[in-house]
Amino acid sequence: MTASTTSSDNFTIAGRDYHSRLLVGTGKYKDMDETVRAIEASGAEIVTIAVRRTNIGQNADEPNILEVLTPDRYTILPNTAGCYDVDSAVRTCRLARELLDGHKLVKLEVLGDQKTLFPDVLQTVEAAKILVADGFDVMVYTNDDPIVAKQLEEIGCCVVMPLAAPIGSGLGIRNRLNILTIVENAKVPILVDAGVGTASDAAVAMELGCDGVLMNTAIAAAKDPVLMASAMRKGIEAGREAFLAGRMPAKRFASASSPIEGTFF
Amino acid sequence: MQIQLNGTPTTVPDATRMSGLIEHLGLTDRRLAVEVNRELVPRSRFAEHELKAGDAVEIIHAVGGG
Repeated sequence: MTASTTSSDNFTIAGRDYHSRLLVGTGKYKDMDETVRAIEASGAEIVTIAVRRTNIGQNADEPNILEVLTPDRYTILPNTAGCYDVDSAVRTCRLARELLDGHKLVKLEVLGDQKTLFPDVLQTVEAAKILVADGFDVMVYTNDDPIVAKQLEEIGCCVVMPLAAPIGSGLGIRNRLNILTIVENAKVPILVDAGVGTASDAAVAMELGCDGVLMNTAIAAAKDPVLMASAMRKGIEAGREAFLAGRMPAKRFASASSPIEGTFF
Repeated sequence: MQIQLNGTPTTVPDATRMSGLIEHLGLTDRRLAVEVNRELVPRSRFAEHELKAGDAVEIIHAVGGG
């Protein structure tokens, strides 16, 4: 694989081409400076944000995240993190669209409980229908369930994002076969979202054929987030190239790498 | 009159418009979005949107998140 072939290996979300297959969150960093440096090192072109109440009368001069990660440089992906019901998720998306001047791309997550942060799949489906009908481009966080993943695609979600493991757990991909099945069934991009812990997890997701990986804590909670961001970038690229290259079949017994013929001993 | 501003009871002059509230809070030209009683109020309507006593106003902005 040459560099030029690699550079044309783009993927498309909501009609826009991206080169980087690593999408990153902007939460949990020490400060804004570390956020910016880590995201720079990750090479990500799409970054998630959350929407929350504005500080009124306090920290008024604090820089806003959109002043340092500007919408002209990055595709901003507002999320519905913290939403446990359809109504709050839909309201959050509508506020985010207004906040970003009509930008229609959102990350939908409707959570089930605080202990697992697993998606509430029934409410996720309901919210996805409303948002798609309202003209949003919906990237949807869901369980690693191939049936639900397909249903979310059929509703009209532009990207389906099964979890690898619970949000912020760093456990890696718990059910590779389900992720593989979801990828094989899909006609829209599949991103692993949540649960990645280190660069090899990201590589595994890509080797399974995922179109990309979305992560936050795995970078932000590393001892050196900027270095981990760089490692994740490489893990994603290595996994993608390995997927495209097509791995050798695994075999139980050995196969000598040097010729048997011509030995003189 | 009293309104709920980001969950906090707040007194504002009667017939305050959204544009006036934003200005009073020093948030003019900030990138934000607003809803009143769970309904979005687009920026284009700030100047005409008049608040009523008891309105629940939410002013939101972007923060880091994953």
